[in-house]
Amino acid sequence: MNKIIEKKHFSEKVVQLVVEAPLIARSRRAGHFVIVRADEHGERIPLTIADSDTTAGTITLVVQAVGKSTKKICDKAVGDSLHDVVGPLGQATKIEKVGTVVCCGGGVGVAPLLPIIRAMKQAGNRVVSVLAGRTKDLIILEDEVRRSSDEVVIMTDNGSYGQKGLVTEGVEQVINREKVDQVVTIGPAVMMKFVALLTKKYDIPTVCSLNTIMVDGTGMCGACRVTVGGRTRFVCIDGPEFDAHQVDFDQMMMRLHAYDNENKN
Amino acid sequence: MEETKDMRMAEWREALRKAKTAKERTSTPRVKMPELTADYRVTCNEEVNQGLTIEMAMAEASRCLDCANPQCVTGCPVGIDIPGFIKNVERGEFAEAARVIKKTSALPAVCGRVCPQEKQCESRCIHTKMKHEAVAIGYLERFVADWARSHGSADEEKPAANGIKVAVVGSGPAGLAFAGDMAKRGYSVTVYEALHEIGGVLKYGIPEFRLPNAIVDTEIDGLRRLGVEFESNCIVGKTLSYDDLHAMGFKGIFVASGAGLPRFMNIPGENLNGVMSSNEFLTRVNLMGAARQDEDTPVLHGHNVAVIGGGNTAMDSVRTARRMGAENVMLVYRRSEDEMPARREEVKHAKEEGVRFLTLHNPLEYEGDEKGNVRLMRLQRMELGEPDESGRHSPVAVDGAVEDVPVDLVIVSVGVSPNPLIPNAIPELEVSRRGTIVVDESTMRSSLPDIYAGGDIVRGGATVILAMGDGRRAAAEMDKSLQNQ
Repeated sequence: MNKIIEKKHFSEKVVQLVVEAPLIARSRRAGHFVIVRADEHGERIPLTIADSDTTAGTITLVVQAVGKSTKKICDKAVGDSLHDVVGPLGQATKIEKVGTVVCCGGGVGVAPLLPIIRAMKQAGNRVVSVLAGRTKDLIILEDEVRRSSDEVVIMTDNGSYGQKGLVTEGVEQVINREKVDQVVTIGPAVMMKFVALLTKKYDIPTVCSLNTIMVDGTGMCGACRVTVGGRTRFVCIDGPEFDAHQVDFDQMMMRLHAYDNENKN
Repeated sequence: MEETKDMRMAEWREALRKAKTAKERTSTPRVKMPELTADYRVTCNEEVNQGLTIEMAMAEASRCLDCANPQCVTGCPVGIDIPGFIKNVERGEFAEAARVIKKTSALPAVCGRVCPQEKQCESRCIHTKMKHEAVAIGYLERFVADWARSHGSADEEKPAANGIKVAVVGSGPAGLAFAGDMAKRGYSVTVYEALHEIGGVLKYGIPEFRLPNAIVDTEIDGLRRLGVEFESNCIVGKTLSYDDLHAMGFKGIFVASGAGLPRFMNIPGENLNGVMSSNEFLTRVNLMGAARQDEDTPVLHGHNVAVIGGGNTAMDSVRTARRMGAENVMLVYRRSEDEMPARREEVKHAKEEGVRFLTLHNPLEYEGDEKGNVRLMRLQRMELGEPDESGRHSPVAVDGAVEDVPVDLVIVSVGVSPNPLIPNAIPELEVSRRGTIVVDESTMRSSLPDIYAGGDIVRGGATVILAMGDGRRAAAEMDKSLQNQ
């Protein structure tokens, strides 16, 4: 069983959990995710691994309560367990020294972005991180991001913290100012779509991490399929990261709504 | 085989053979399996086939001629001593019958239910050569296994440990058969399963109304009593590497990770909402209990449901959709009914349950509404052309014969490909162009000396009993090799 060792609230609905999972902690790399089932009646949902501690044998997950399953997980207390945690799943992020990398994340997308920021920095890149949230409360992990970034730009919709504006405005400022060799973006599908449209204009290679509906997470069902470069790919085994300029985001967003009428809230 | 011959010469067997004439045996009609009525069974998930009573089983067993050279055995992929167990049923020694089956089959309650017997053991029964219906070997196997389960008599002594550790990747039929055989030989066996439940396709794929999960669990508990350990939520190649398994002291690894990767047809509209693989549909319903109120996992419901394909998975999908309340369930298959790979019994059951068979039809594309939900499928009418290399008539499009059919749920069941997870994780492992692990067919050994493989990861999509046969052969060969070291 996967015991919860630590719990921290980032905001009312966003929770960070440190969970016992020694084998996963040891083998995971930046970009990997796990499938979690809260209890014996729970559904299987994907969550990206935000951090791990091989000595303590723990992984860190950041969860936003948006539906029944995420709420069940967020409501767990220290000492409770997650019924099932399996992973690490997916392909790890390709980390190379490319020069300057802009890592932009929105909302809880910053959690899965953090290990990539760290790995990019460690590989010798100049890392500029752009964090975005609707309001100040929704900017998470700022200190951790600062520790591994050369520069941090913060954007809020209402200007309550950092600059007022969308994540794309923050990214465009950096592009206009200096040569950017790669962009990594993780967040809501619509945000990644607009980041991709922006960087396409400037012809900057861009990687996105897709968060689709999943069931098993091991390639056996195809619930997570997306069209990338005209081909159907499975996010759980071919991804979760893809060339953002090749992803059919409109189809992906449409598919995220497939269960709107069936979800058992 | 010698032992089987000796058993046939036992006094009781000879006496039994003389007790009835061949004429009497062949003129007895084949037993009919009692089953739930179609009207009732579509309202629930209860097992359709109710099993034989003791009287039915003994009467059916008496139809068997106890041939000197039984061909039925050659039709069984694991070579069960079929007359040996059937004659024990005829004389009422059910525990002994169970013992005979268990010598070669690890999961008789499963195989008695899901094997395509009409293509295997029963196709070779002497009765069929005499234009009579075959002895109901599958029904009898199921009867014996169920009797043994309810009488707790199938347990064997736990063997003496030999101190050698072996690992199994995947807990489907191949992995379970291998694990059982190795445990009986005294090996310390650990089975690693990626999902949270043990059983592979027996749990996520085959529905309750055909194979109740409780039966699979009982068979798994039997393996636990033999000392087999099961680790769920553990993916070899991800959670544990090949090197990790070595460091943990495993001397042999049997890869039975299956062919879970669903195939799609790559036609327009296939990524619309409401179009899904049969693996997704059946996993949601069978493994996750999505049709039940107390389970969190949702599943899409439809009124007009189309299932594309003609195999057992397609039958399971149409019948599941009916049980979830869909009024109009259609099976779309590009060949004719004669070419369908599904078990005859499932085809019959599906028809009785009101499934419409659109044979000689093939989807060309799907159209969706403004929200991206599928609303119709465009079907091409087909006709049968010349037989292809596999001997089946290949379907040819009938020029201009295209029709639109309204649908709100489409389940694509056109086959599976081997999951690339293990081959990707162990690059030294030789794989075929199709992605299957290459093994020596007589030993099931891969290009790496300590890795054996079997079931769908070697065959592509095949059957439960073939997977079990692979597991048993791999166990025998790995044992030989480890004992010689």
